[in-house]
Amino acid sequence: MRWSHLLLICALVAAAVASVFSSRIDDYVVNVAVLCGINMILATSLNLVNGHTGQFSLGHAGFMAVGAYGSSAVSLFASPWLLAKMGGVGFAANQTLFLIALLAGGIAAATAGFIVGVPSLRLRGDYLAIVTLGFGEIIRVIVQNTDAIGGPRGLNQIPGFTNVFWTFGLAAVTVYVVSSLVDSTYGRGFLAVRDDEIAAEAMGINTTKYKVLAFVLGAFFAGIAGALYAHYITYITPEGFNFMKSVDVVVMVILGGMGNVVGVLLAAVVLTVLNEFLRSFEQYRMIVFALLLILMMILRPQGLLGGLRWPFKGKVAKKK
Amino acid sequence: MDDWGRFLQQLVNGLSQGSIYALIALGYTMVYGVLRFINFAHGDVFMVGAYAGLFLHRWLVPLLGVVPGFGGALLILAGSMAICAALGIVIEWLAYRPLRTRPRLIVLITAIGVSLLLEYSAQLIFGPNRQPFPDLVETRLVGGFGGLLVKNTQLIVLAVTLLLLGALSFIVLRTRLGMAMRALSFNPTAAALMGVNTDVVISFTFGLGSALAAAGGIFSSMLYPQVQPFMGVTVGLKAFVAAVLGGIGNIPGAALGGLIIGVVETMVVAYSEKIGISSGYRDAVAFVILILILLVKPSGLLGKTEREKV
Amino acid sequence: MKKAALFATAIFLAALTGCKRNDSGAAADKVVIGEFASLTGATASFGQSSHKGTQMAIDELNAGDGLLGKKVGLVTEDDQSKAGEAATVVRKMISRDKVIAVLGEVASSRSLEAAPICQQSKVPMISPSSTNPKVTEVGDYISRICFIDPFQGTVLAKFALSKGWKKAAVLTDVKQDYSVGLSQYFKEYFSKNGGTIVIEQNYSTDDTDFNAQLTSIKAAAPDVILASGYYTEAGLIAKQARQIGLSVPMLGGDGWDSPSLVQVAGAAMEGNFFSNHFSAEDQTPLIQDFIKRYKAKYNEEPDAMAALGYDSAMILADAIKRAGTTDSEKLRDAVASTKEYNGITGKITLDDKRNANKPAVILTIKDGKFKYVETVAP
Repeated sequence: MRWSHLLLICALVAAAVASVFSSRIDDYVVNVAVLCGINMILATSLNLVNGHTGQFSLGHAGFMAVGAYGSSAVSLFASPWLLAKMGGVGFAANQTLFLIALLAGGIAAATAGFIVGVPSLRLRGDYLAIVTLGFGEIIRVIVQNTDAIGGPRGLNQIPGFTNVFWTFGLAAVTVYVVSSLVDSTYGRGFLAVRDDEIAAEAMGINTTKYKVLAFVLGAFFAGIAGALYAHYITYITPEGFNFMKSVDVVVMVILGGMGNVVGVLLAAVVLTVLNEFLRSFEQYRMIVFALLLILMMILRPQGLLGGLRWPFKGKVAKKK
Repeated sequence: MDDWGRFLQQLVNGLSQGSIYALIALGYTMVYGVLRFINFAHGDVFMVGAYAGLFLHRWLVPLLGVVPGFGGALLILAGSMAICAALGIVIEWLAYRPLRTRPRLIVLITAIGVSLLLEYSAQLIFGPNRQPFPDLVETRLVGGFGGLLVKNTQLIVLAVTLLLLGALSFIVLRTRLGMAMRALSFNPTAAALMGVNTDVVISFTFGLGSALAAAGGIFSSMLYPQVQPFMGVTVGLKAFVAAVLGGIGNIPGAALGGLIIGVVETMVVAYSEKIGISSGYRDAVAFVILILILLVKPSGLLGKTEREKV
Repeated sequence: MKKAALFATAIFLAALTGCKRNDSGAAADKVVIGEFASLTGATASFGQSSHKGTQMAIDELNAGDGLLGKKVGLVTEDDQSKAGEAATVVRKMISRDKVIAVLGEVASSRSLEAAPICQQSKVPMISPSSTNPKVTEVGDYISRICFIDPFQGTVLAKFALSKGWKKAAVLTDVKQDYSVGLSQYFKEYFSKNGGTIVIEQNYSTDDTDFNAQLTSIKAAAPDVILASGYYTEAGLIAKQARQIGLSVPMLGGDGWDSPSLVQVAGAAMEGNFFSNHFSAEDQTPLIQDFIKRYKAKYNEEPDAMAALGYDSAMILADAIKRAGTTDSEKLRDAVASTKEYNGITGKITLDDKRNANKPAVILTIKDGKFKYVETVAP
């Protein structure tokens, strides 16, 4: 079988096994691992938009929020009805409920991605960044002013369905989908849009289709990440999905190298783990990140792992 | 107070708030006009200007032994503007100059980095708490326009904004340096070939823009006497929207944009019940305006449509 | 590449299983208590005050007999005022540091994050000042030593009515659940007992311009204004209100408690009132002594957060002494049965929902200082 399929199956099996043993493992380590997995999904999904398609989006936290709230709405409000339909509680019913909640969150986020993507089509570079930032903030303000989902007081008592299997399993699926897509003709389209949009249009490539697709897919997986987050921490507030959160994800993508699949995965893990080790230096953390951003852009804009690329069939020209 | 009176009062409130946005938007639009680059850190220079004013005041008062009057206030303003002009020039030299030939996206990310650096360094140095800003000018009601309440500080800010607008237009349109700036904005390579010292002009542009941001910081603190490390974030974003609304690169447009956003925001809050939405949506107003203007007339109200040449 | 993939998978599994959960008992020679607070970030001032109070309590315990004959160790973790961090640090404290109880947090949102974890791990948690009723509803291991929003809102409404103010304007910070809760309960009690809410306005944390809202409020001619947000905006609100000639008194909750309130607002704050947990003027020796000790240790006056941080640690210590053990179930019961504990912030009894039943004090600002007005019993 293709080795990417093998990798996917390996990852799913590893996640399942790890999950079964997770009750034997230190709770704190599991916590960090789950956060790593969620960040991996966020980084990969943003990489699709920022890295592969060159559309600089600063509003990713907004899609995460839509996914978190959408899935929590299903778990909290629709669950009695759903469980009744499935014939009562139990492991299988719960897992199905979670799957439905995840999909609901993802689809809601994808819809938001569509709504954000379409008007943004005409915009380039800086303007796109600001508009996506604006959309992220608008989403947060809407959530904050909607009492039905808790408003500023947040939603709590969300069932804690997330475990290692779901997190890393979905991370594997995300990476598989994104990298398979990039490796296909769609990927050529994304990269064409990234490299030179006007030339791509002139060549007959439907740039609209690829841009919207990138936004929608990126948002979908961000929504999944948000849903996983909501069902792990079991409490969400609009403040947790603010601009700073978007910046966190952007830093991961930039450190890893925009367009570099393995790079962003590693960056996500490294940054999550580093956060734990640097707890006592919290005051300096953001200053270090900011300096890192500036230095990286000046010295090594292709990211830390710039040279290492996912083995695509055939070479792809690097953006100068 | 009757309905019409209330409307006028809210209009005054909106213009006052908007004049702050206008002041900061002037700096944004000037830098973009010359360098085609959104200085994300502009709002944070605004914050540094406010803190500079705070510390200058603390340093000045024991020196003079008495609360500084009008002259002292001018001194603090000038000092703060000078400090921020220097800061702007240093930032340009260290962070943006090495990236002049790189794609704009890279520079944008760097600007975000500079912005975060300023914010979190300020938090580290000055502490995260809000600090009170001293009264540079005693606030008095200049009332009497038929019951309208206008504060003298509001008039000062509006007046200064228009003054700086005039001064900036003069510099850009009537001086040689201004001509160099305009040349640079049309075609940097040709300008260099024509003998324009690109580096000096760019440094000057940044210095001037930063000085304007500092002025914004001082006057904003005059109206709202509280400083904190992240005070520049929201204001900076709204000022950017103002610049885009007016036509980015267009100086009077920036002022117009700022005033419009201030008024619309205030009206939304004032009439929130009638419109049916919570006044907590205030912050979203600016972004909605941004999205609308970019959809309808991307070159802004006073801007000219530019064709993108390939 | 296939081999690399399988190899990596194996390493991953091995690494995970290597981090075995350590179920062995707590450190034998110390009683370890965990504390999580926002030492950095947006609400750093509250977290730092609370931490100072707690630290002082622990130091005093250790200077004395300790607890159950052992020294007390305090593990403090910073949640950076960010969502998501509280859960992580509390998990760390429970599984790594093996704390027998957790103190925290000041903000209800972060308490709500941590509470399910403490409940599930059967570790008693005491919040010094979270006021959202939902916090203790999470489970029987979670308690708090402060009053809750419904109580504080009612206290303020009662006070307003007692002053003869029948028309109230409510100005809420929609970004803070504390403010939203306080306003909600104030409105309920006020309107049900003869008052009318003439106008409601909103703002967001970090706003600096309130002229629009205040102009509308002025037009509605209220007798009193409730500004239920934090001191960070309250100072500016008072100043701008006075500047446009809106001179009716203003009311606030314990979120006003900070020296910065008067620093920013200056004379505009004179004559306003707010509810709080304790008054520095209270001449009872217990409180005056606490203020003296705190001043000696930190060279500054304690605020309500510091007093609550201190009380939360001392009440936990008292519960441990009463239970005679650090066993989680017995400790949980001992905490829940706290009765008439003489704290700095009042005589505290935990009710059946594990919320504190204790009086609130009303303070006013006179000559730039907080002055005691009256005590309102529950």
